[in-house]
Amino acid sequence: MPKVTNDEILAKLKEKYPDAVVDVPELIDFTVAVKSEALFDVGVFLRDECGLDYIADLTAVDRPERFEVVYHLYSIIDETTAPFVLKVYLEDKENPVLASVTPLWQGANFQECEVYDLMGIHFEGHPDLKRILLWEGFPGHPLRKDFEDRTFSFKELEPTRPTDPDKV
Amino acid sequence: MLKTESITLNLGPQHPSTHGVFRIKVELDGEAVRDLEPVMGYLHRGIEKISEDRTYVQVVPLTDRLDYICAMTNNQAYAMAVEKMAGIKVPERAEYIRVIMAEFTRIINHLLAVGFLWNELGAYFTPLLYCYRERERILDLFEKTCGSRLTCNYIRPGGVSLDLPEGFIPEAKKLTSHLKTFTDELNTMLTKNEIFISRTVDVGILPADLAINSSITGPMLRASGVPYDIRKVDNYSIYDRFDFDVPTCDHGDVWDRYYQHILEIYQSIRILEQALDTIPDGKVMGRRASRSLRRPPKDEAYGRIESPKGELGFYVVGDGSKNPYRLRIRPPSMINLSALKEMCEGQKIQDLIVILGSVNIVLGEVDR
Amino acid sequence: MEFLKDLFVNIGLWFSGWLTGFMPAWGVEVVTGFLGAIILVFIGLFAVLILTWGERKVIGRMQDRIGPNRWGPYGLFQPIADGIKMLTKEDIIPTGADRWVHLVAPILVIIPAVLIYAVIPFGDGLRGADLNIGILYIVALSTIGTISILMAGWSSNNKYSLLGAFRAVAQLITYEIPLVLSIITVVLLTGSMSMVEIVENQTVPYMVSMPLVFLVFMVAASAELYRAPFDMIEADSELIAGYFTEYSGMKFVMFFMAEYINLLAMSGVIVTLFMGGWRFFGLEEILPFLNPFIFFAKCAFVIFLFWWTRATFPRIRIDHMLGMAWKALVPIALVNLLLVGLVDKLVEGTLLTSGVLLIVNIIEMVILLAILDKVGGKTRAKTMERVAAQQG
Repeated sequence: MPKVTNDEILAKLKEKYPDAVVDVPELIDFTVAVKSEALFDVGVFLRDECGLDYIADLTAVDRPERFEVVYHLYSIIDETTAPFVLKVYLEDKENPVLASVTPLWQGANFQECEVYDLMGIHFEGHPDLKRILLWEGFPGHPLRKDFEDRTFSFKELEPTRPTDPDKV
Repeated sequence: MLKTESITLNLGPQHPSTHGVFRIKVELDGEAVRDLEPVMGYLHRGIEKISEDRTYVQVVPLTDRLDYICAMTNNQAYAMAVEKMAGIKVPERAEYIRVIMAEFTRIINHLLAVGFLWNELGAYFTPLLYCYRERERILDLFEKTCGSRLTCNYIRPGGVSLDLPEGFIPEAKKLTSHLKTFTDELNTMLTKNEIFISRTVDVGILPADLAINSSITGPMLRASGVPYDIRKVDNYSIYDRFDFDVPTCDHGDVWDRYYQHILEIYQSIRILEQALDTIPDGKVMGRRASRSLRRPPKDEAYGRIESPKGELGFYVVGDGSKNPYRLRIRPPSMINLSALKEMCEGQKIQDLIVILGSVNIVLGEVDR
Repeated sequence: MEFLKDLFVNIGLWFSGWLTGFMPAWGVEVVTGFLGAIILVFIGLFAVLILTWGERKVIGRMQDRIGPNRWGPYGLFQPIADGIKMLTKEDIIPTGADRWVHLVAPILVIIPAVLIYAVIPFGDGLRGADLNIGILYIVALSTIGTISILMAGWSSNNKYSLLGAFRAVAQLITYEIPLVLSIITVVLLTGSMSMVEIVENQTVPYMVSMPLVFLVFMVAASAELYRAPFDMIEADSELIAGYFTEYSGMKFVMFFMAEYINLLAMSGVIVTLFMGGWRFFGLEEILPFLNPFIFFAKCAFVIFLFWWTRATFPRIRIDHMLGMAWKALVPIALVNLLLVGLVDKLVEGTLLTSGVLLIVNIIEMVILLAILDKVGGKTRAKTMERVAAQQG
């Protein structure tokens, strides 16, 4: 596959999904923000047709007005140097939900769990979404900016026991 | 009708072979692994959250505590991400020092990876202790340079904190040639051992497409036959000036992952020889570095390096203040575990330990 | 000078003679038997002290470190310090454990280990009892140890222990067969099961005349002892400590001691069966009091071999281990038995038999290796090719 530049990918993306691209912010890394509903389709398109076969990093940023879920995509086959940064703005801060990309890139599995754990964003379609670093029953999601910075009592930090004793 | 029940075994969090506090929930059918689920988070210290309250330079010591046997490369990855975001230039001598330190760190990591793999095979510490002996020599050099052996806190945004001490270069050259002899020795003694081959060949095979899809990087990916090395791809720092190869193996089993480490030690030694020969004089810290970090731009950048374990990335989001607004660490150890289940299914429990050893995780980085 | 010649035997004779002065004959029997038993048990216990120290020291040297060196000259008192530490540790019985079985297992493991010493001849006339089925007695005892391991693994209510116990049983069943088959070879050649007679028959040590049988026996013995590379039942990197994971304090020490008592006992058996016991090129005739020293020096050599393998070999995998026993060791031992029987029948004269046996063994070794290479070596050859290609 010939090496495609990020600009070309954007052009192809705009052609294929004209409504999907919301924003192309001016940042150091080449960034494209897409609609949350279109994320999965865009993911399929980027992986299969643009050769971005490698999801290096998946994370989220808690902005005052919205959540930003950030995907850093590279191509291992094409050996791309600059990341293709895919962003999704989640305006609904109360109940952020997004489609999971784990079916596309298995490498997103743990990272989505981590975002769910620390940022509280639900990924629909994830095979096993669970709190990965903290335990079940931890109050709140620590990486959110409104996370209460205080000492917790032991009672609050008590893990919730799984209901089925045979499971553990 | 005879029916066998499966056992659920909790391997860890306190177990000699999980490299720390890592737990694997294994579903066993006799000796064979039927299903497994990695459970992590026992060492979670919230480094990403703590970083939000610290200035850019204050984060550097925290990165030492990620992958605590490769502190130098962690420093370098963070420094490079911050430099990319704030547009800081690094003096040439500092780049050379970084490369030297990073390659020494890579040798440390690979030696320990080989040693611990053998330990998990049951060689009762012998190869490991020999690897440790060589690691001590490298750590002595680190101590000489920055005063610390493990948590170096040496590579900072803008350069490195101190210049090399007197007599470092000849000593490092001597050590490099010694390391080459030692690696030869290691290779002769270990690689063709009969029991080792029977234990590792065709065990825990990781196909290349699965490796790419699971975002696996570093020696593990290259052992599966994908010649992807960020040092070559990105040509970051000054790696384009050195002549080195990206070795690969092609089966992706445990033996390949072991041998990949040996091959990469040789390449690191090659880089070290060239870097130690051509290191220029000059400053080691950019003049405007600290000033630009006091008021960095409102921007975000993802910087990555080829750490010994794989792609170590730092995603820095600045909001114009002196603290990072958000710092995300992309840990290679954790993401390399993504395909653990696929590699282990149907193998014996003894193989599970060996496969985990060949993934070579450090829990400080997995849990952050 | 005559007295010195056979020091230990004469001390014994003198002692029983002294006792007869004021005791009835049955009293002498009881007292000497009792004292002999105590001495034999103490040989085992003393072996634990020396062997733990020695193993740590030797493996330490092999691993480029010093080993214990703090307590006493060359760290010689380290085992005593360890013992005191172990004695003061808390004795834990895990929740849900089968209490009585858990308590009995460590006692049961140490008894057969000590009992083996009864029939091992340490020198000419220096032995607990000259049973005419001595070697059968040893084989029977070594099986009891495994029952106690199974008890320990089952009763601990711990999955690692259970897995270790499973492995122990599989290993025992598998390796008992080549072990016994190579013992039978020796018995066939000697015509006796008595340990003393086996030693007395070895003008040429069987290790020299039958190297293949010796090899099979060594491998089977190290599996029988659960030593590296067959230490799966306590594989520290997988099963933490295997069957004694849940044992602490003195009960742990019992398992630990049993391991080392067994080690010396088994190496004693190897020395007796294959290395000519207390005999050393006629030296035992000139200076009989050296007999036990020759014996223990040979034991030390065998034990050193075990330590050496422990420090240098990775652990073998369980299916490979079982496969090796059934596919390689048992056929080899059977062929050996056949050939040794034939040679013994056809050739007359001790030295001539030994020579013919050696030649037959070497030819057999070459042929067997070729066959094994042909049968089982296809995947191995492929692997080796790949390894070589990668290295080149």
